[in-house]
Amino acid sequence: MKPDMTVNLAGMLLRNPVMTASGTFGYGEEFAEYVDLESIGAFVTKGLSLKPRAGNPTPRIVETPGGMLNAIGLQNVGIDAFILKKVPFLRSVNTPAIANFFGNTVDEYAELAGRLDQIPEVAALEVNISCPNVKQGGIVFGTDPDCAASVVSACRAVTRKPLIVKLSPNVTDVVAMARACEDAGADCLSLINTLTGMAIDLNSRRPVLANITGGFSGPAIKPVALRMVWQVAKAVKVPIIGIGGIMNATDALEFMLAGASAVQVGTASFINPGAAQKIAADMEAWLVENGVDDVKSLIGALET
Amino acid sequence: MQFTAMILSNAEVSPGYWRMRMTAPPEFASAAPGQFVMVRVNGAIDPLLRRPFGVFDVGTHTPAHSGAVAQPYLEMLYRVVGKGTAMLSELHETDLLDVLGPLGKGFDMGDPDEEKLIVGGGVGLAPLYLLARELVKKSPVRLFAGGRTRDDILCITEFERLGVECYTATEDGSLGECGLVTEALLRRLDALQGRATIYACGPHGMLNAVAGIAADRGIPCQVSLEGYMACGVGACLGCVAPGHRHSAETPDFRCVCTEGPVFESGELKWRD
Repeated sequence: MKPDMTVNLAGMLLRNPVMTASGTFGYGEEFAEYVDLESIGAFVTKGLSLKPRAGNPTPRIVETPGGMLNAIGLQNVGIDAFILKKVPFLRSVNTPAIANFFGNTVDEYAELAGRLDQIPEVAALEVNISCPNVKQGGIVFGTDPDCAASVVSACRAVTRKPLIVKLSPNVTDVVAMARACEDAGADCLSLINTLTGMAIDLNSRRPVLANITGGFSGPAIKPVALRMVWQVAKAVKVPIIGIGGIMNATDALEFMLAGASAVQVGTASFINPGAAQKIAADMEAWLVENGVDDVKSLIGALET
Repeated sequence: MQFTAMILSNAEVSPGYWRMRMTAPPEFASAAPGQFVMVRVNGAIDPLLRRPFGVFDVGTHTPAHSGAVAQPYLEMLYRVVGKGTAMLSELHETDLLDVLGPLGKGFDMGDPDEEKLIVGGGVGLAPLYLLARELVKKSPVRLFAGGRTRDDILCITEFERLGVECYTATEDGSLGECGLVTEALLRRLDALQGRATIYACGPHGMLNAVAGIAADRGIPCQVSLEGYMACGVGACLGCVAPGHRHSAETPDFRCVCTEGPVFESGELKWRD
């Protein structure tokens, strides 16, 4: 019998738990040649800002053992061009498209959330809180529970669409952050964003990235991500999307055992543009082989 | 397109430089000169990312034993620079590779009546052979190949076989003229009757010099760029290059993998 692969994520019924992560899948269109977009649960757009952003100087990426560092600098087309040039494609795909967005102030976050709320093709909103707050000396919203809560409540006030908050792992206590966001009105938490890291070129005695530091992603971060998902899942009631180094179905299923209701595939899509589709298919095959008739039965089923 | 290629040959053509031939889907016969492939060196997570390589040549391989089906192939010319390319150089005939491509925007073939001047430095010659092969069908073609030493001057015999007139220059004088290959290019431009187009691929310093020469003399010039990229399909935005309007206040970045790797040199920002 075909197992039930559907999951319910804050009111969105996904055909399976596999999504693509923001910043690794463009605006969906870039991957249409390689992925049947209607074979995955949902996809998340590149992070959007009010104004277009050009991003950082190069080099912007560097590979390290088992992972990569990126300092793209949130390059994106901006909300206006998104509506004009990217949304028409979303209309043609029968898969929920989730808009990821970020701001430099609470007001910017709220304005973006309000505008994205008005776009019927956007199924849900994912807030990137790993950005500096320019009004408070550049403290990163996602590293201070009060700061994060103020962003989440401002967004919550202007949208009725499912509101996903993407948590930063660059904190001492991820559970405190998760609770603050849940209390402020988040419908769902996605974690983890990239870990801050750096790479050095010994011969030139210089950092490899023009930005000096960058976000570390890829299979090397999976153990950290699994631990954080597991900690947060025990502490909150809202569903969790597990992210961090997922390369195959085994990784994805481990995140579900740790407490994730869905997963996002990120860096793996760079290596295999069809990674998310394959992971979804392989998860289903694993369920069949192991006599599991509903993928939801694995959520938080870790035995300790 | 993503496909599994079988290596047909992999040989060191000059110290540190390798030429690999592998099977390719029939669609590859129409790959445009200047397009590239993203190759996964192995299935492990280190190296994690694919590596980009210019398409050196495409063709049809006829196996030695009778009755076997002719097989389309692609070739790449690469330099061993790190872990990924070192592992690639250790692969043998019949080993399999996961390949994505052909990717990116290739060279524009220009006007058949013009002379075509190709400038390549070291492994920058990689995408220029297929280009020369196409260009010689309609236009006179000259190649200006430069490098630090004679080891960096690659596959000149192949270019000569196409009927391309080749000029070489090395910084240490071990092959051809001693100095920069742009000197030979300048002399040719001085002697030129009629119009020409320049095509270039190589180290950034060389491209910068060639773009400057083209701008000074009002000659159309196309350059093929390299970039650190994770995906090759326009998603990671790692490989961008500054466009001609770029400044700190008004950033103008072009994506090398999808808007390039070939650009009109006037579209890009160069050092003065």
